Amino acid sequence: MNFYAIRAIYNFEMARMWRTMAESIASPVITTTLYFVVFGAAIGSRITEIDGISYGAFIVPGLIMLSILNESTANGSFGIYMPKFTGTIYELLSAPVSYIEILLGYVGAAATKSMILGILILITASFFIPLEIKHPVLMFVFLVLTSISFSMFGFLIGLWADSWEKLQIVPMLIITPLIFLGGSFYSIYMLPPFWQKVSLLNPVVYLISGFRWSFYEKSDVSLTVSLVMISVFLVTCLLLTRWTLKTGYRLKS
Amino acid sequence: MSKPILSVKNLNKTYAGGFQALKNIDLEIQKGEIFALLGPNGAGKTTLIGCVCGVVNPTSGDILVDGHNIKEDFRLTRKLIGLVPQELTVEMFEPVLDTVNFSRGLFGMAPEATHIENILKKLALWEKRNNRIMTLSGGMKRRVMIAKALSHEPQLLFLDEPTAGVDVELRRDMWDQVKELQELGVTIILTTHYIEEAEEMADRIGVINKGEIIVTENKNKLMQKFGRKELILDLNEKLDKLPESLSQWNLELNSTGEHIKYIYDSTKEENGISQLLSDLCAVDITFKDVHTDQSTLEEIFIQLVKR
Repeated sequence: MNFYAIRAIYNFEMARMWRTMAESIASPVITTTLYFVVFGAAIGSRITEIDGISYGAFIVPGLIMLSILNESTANGSFGIYMPKFTGTIYELLSAPVSYIEILLGYVGAAATKSMILGILILITASFFIPLEIKHPVLMFVFLVLTSISFSMFGFLIGLWADSWEKLQIVPMLIITPLIFLGGSFYSIYMLPPFWQKVSLLNPVVYLISGFRWSFYEKSDVSLTVSLVMISVFLVTCLLLTRWTLKTGYRLKS
Repeated sequence: MSKPILSVKNLNKTYAGGFQALKNIDLEIQKGEIFALLGPNGAGKTTLIGCVCGVVNPTSGDILVDGHNIKEDFRLTRKLIGLVPQELTVEMFEPVLDTVNFSRGLFGMAPEATHIENILKKLALWEKRNNRIMTLSGGMKRRVMIAKALSHEPQLLFLDEPTAGVDVELRRDMWDQVKELQELGVTIILTTHYIEEAEEMADRIGVINKGEIIVTENKNKLMQKFGRKELILDLNEKLDKLPESLSQWNLELNSTGEHIKYIYDSTKEENGISQLLSDLCAVDITFKDVHTDQSTLEEIFIQLVKR
């Protein structure tokens, strides 16, 4: 195992976050604060409780997931697309690194950034509402699994994309709608029966539901199903990334 | 002869569109030599380098670095190789020192501040170590790429057009640095459009054209083998035409009748110069000056590529 390479990639990627603090950290935290103001205060005054939880508290897990999914995908894709765009990818391709080391470096850094952000949002939320986390270990497991899975998904997008437009298209047209329709701001049982069934096809529902369970022991779907879904997604991304890096698809001519 | 540092056997590369960039390439590079790979645009130089460095997937063939197959022992072989690509590709927003340290780590080497400092000082980049790369000139960016390639102490260094876009003075500095690297035991393979660069630095020359290596030869031997030498005689008196008795020498009289040119093979022991001078004296042709001229590597290169 080339630990120096993993460390080099990881530190290089993390350095970008520290260098662009306003974009990487401040911007998502401010955006999330605005969500609290708009959804928590404005809508929360009309919807007082869902499943016995105050609306402000109910949306906290959803908001954290929203940020983590967006940021993981963006960080994962940008990290590998940037060297492809500038041409410095030659160095990675000619270095004595295996696919797993590349993944640990890039995806590890992207997931770390997302987790830092998730924790910051959690702290921010605690200024607006009294927070209780019934299963902190499980919450952390969900945070880690989701960050890694979506960072890897983003990494795949970065490998596949050959233009800035393609880099944006999947997050904008697929991820964002799935997050908004995944129960971030409502329980899917508030929807008509037909749309409840349709919602169950949305993988993000399982992530938010499981994550919310770790906070309040209340969820739209069972915890086991949530864990299985995120694990399946993680393994699928891992296999696809492995194939992509091993074959050099869209990397080597 | 010792084990070659690089051995390429029957290497082929056909791109997805069907274009065959490399055709049955066989090449051996000895340790410590400077090998210049010359060829016109699109000849396959960069593809060949890409195959050795792992940037391009070869279609077939074997590549051994220091006796190890680059596929089976990719960790070992890649650690031995440094690559400076043709394009100016650098992380524009990163400081010089960070990007060079990153390269060293990527190649599995522990941080070594002294080594990195030495490289940056040799390449006149030490003063700029904390500057972002985007603020540097083109020549400096090129040197950053060289520093990155040297950061992990490679034994085999590929320089793909290393002095493209670099001013004359800096180019001379780079030549000196390449010579210094050779003295440290580093094997260097360079491609260049500046034939004078190859002529100045290389021990051996390889010419590639349309995906095929058409010649690999010691530089001096190549110049002897393919080069031609000319003896030019400046006459005391103008001639209208050469006497019939000199027809066997295939001499060329210039249009003003002031010079005679004799082309001869410098590799042959008997080049006929003494006899020619005697024959000229015999027909009362005298001369005030004599000088010789030799083909440049550039002329040889053009001659080889056009064949």
